[in-house]
Amino acid sequence: MLLEVNNLHVSYGAIRALKGVSCQVGEGEIVALIGANGAGKTTTLRTISGLIRPQEGTITYKGKPITKMPPHDIVSLGICQVPEGRRVFTRMTVLENLEMGAYTRKDSANVKTDIQKVFQRFPRLEERKTQLAGTLSGGEQQMLAMGRALMSKPTVLLMDEPSMGLAPMLVQEIFAIIQEINQAGTTILLVEQNAHMALSVANRAYVLETGEVVLSGPANELADNPEVQKAYLGE
Amino acid sequence: MDASMLSQQILNGITLGATYALIALGYTMVYGIIQLINFAHGEIYMVGAFVGVLMVTVFQQGLLFSLAAAMLACMVMGVTIERIAYRPLRRSTRLAPLISAIGVSIFLQTLMTKIKGPQPVAFPQVINDALYKIGPVEISKVQILILIVASLLMATLHFIVKYVKIGKAMRAASEDYDTAALMGINVNRVISFTFAIGSALAAAGGVLVGLYFNSVSPFMGVSAGLKAFCAAVLGGIGSIPGAMLGGIFLGVAETLGIAGGFDMYKDAIAFTLLIIVLLFRPTGLLGRPIQRKV
Repeated sequence: MLLEVNNLHVSYGAIRALKGVSCQVGEGEIVALIGANGAGKTTTLRTISGLIRPQEGTITYKGKPITKMPPHDIVSLGICQVPEGRRVFTRMTVLENLEMGAYTRKDSANVKTDIQKVFQRFPRLEERKTQLAGTLSGGEQQMLAMGRALMSKPTVLLMDEPSMGLAPMLVQEIFAIIQEINQAGTTILLVEQNAHMALSVANRAYVLETGEVVLSGPANELADNPEVQKAYLGE
Repeated sequence: MDASMLSQQILNGITLGATYALIALGYTMVYGIIQLINFAHGEIYMVGAFVGVLMVTVFQQGLLFSLAAAMLACMVMGVTIERIAYRPLRRSTRLAPLISAIGVSIFLQTLMTKIKGPQPVAFPQVINDALYKIGPVEISKVQILILIVASLLMATLHFIVKYVKIGKAMRAASEDYDTAALMGINVNRVISFTFAIGSALAAAGGVLVGLYFNSVSPFMGVSAGLKAFCAAVLGGIGSIPGAMLGGIFLGVAETLGIAGGFDMYKDAIAFTLLIIVLLFRPTGLLGRPIQRKV
């Protein structure tokens, strides 16, 4: 497996956010973590990225432990995250945001062509490249956040709630792009409250409830599971 | 006050303000990234002035070399202070590094008093006191030097923050620390860099002020530090152009206040201004409205 999370325990003070979460992501897959608010999805992603130190458990990438690595080294290894709520640098221009995405790269000539590739995928960003990112609409900011993460040339892209706060039309568009990125060779670990969308693009999925994995399996099987339908798909 | 007197005072004020601005930049940049008021910053300025004196007197170096040496020495000192006194407290309460900063400040003052004694030391007059007449105002060589050095340093800072990779990383980290880390920015290195730049600017301020007032003392960092802190808050803490503007604004106000007969209240002017500005603009002249991060 490309990315393996084993028995992760994380607490915020007295609150236990993760109680032994394990999941795997294979090369080329789209894997979804679904669950309600507070289930521990974002905490899992932030722990993989190195922003949170787990009390217990290990994370391995390509067989090597990354549990104690600082976030910037994890990015250098090829794991990049599109954080929840987009978190673009609002006081920097669109172009500067993309440059920040390429921060770990040394090949500045290729960075320029990769910025052009991002513009091809998201033409609206090119129109606004000298604008401050804070002036973009929510959908444009999501595109910028994705483009920014792609600039690091990630092997694994972690995406936290890409559909949050977006109009249904845009959600469709964003998920189509996620599939495109995956078909171009990037492995994706996706966290979503919108279980319906997540299960429609994912190969496999894990269902999180109060810090534990309660169900896992191929996405289409989970989508047919009556419990999942009742709890997360509103059917 | 007639027009020529007024313009003379404004020029003097800008010169004084430029030195406040140099110190204020360090406060504002550090605050921008780690939300710490570095109360030891005034002492870095003081040590910078002493290193300048040391280079000129003991090592018989020229002024520009001494200035560079003071900046370099304080860069190392600033980075070391952050490493030892602030970084271990990064994840504790906000008050802990603040108290640590006050501790560093007292330590440096006491250390310098031990080494050089509490009396002020004269700064050798390496620049002659020639005066130049430009229209109605007179400007001394030292003033010209202060204005040129301060403008060059601020222009360099602006260039770094705007166009250089590490400067852009500073902006990113000051807006969103976690996301900067998620982009692969080594935030600790950015913080070290910020302390290095801020301390170098303060050291330059120290040498220039020492030269301007012909005096250097272990306690010079206290009031200068407080005033520069006022300048940073006045301009909007966290904002680099704000610190520059706040410094100049304060320098001019103080000089005009003295010329207007309020010389007894010289040091109160900065704080009075601060209170007035904060009453009407709580985030300072160029400060951004407070945003809550989720």
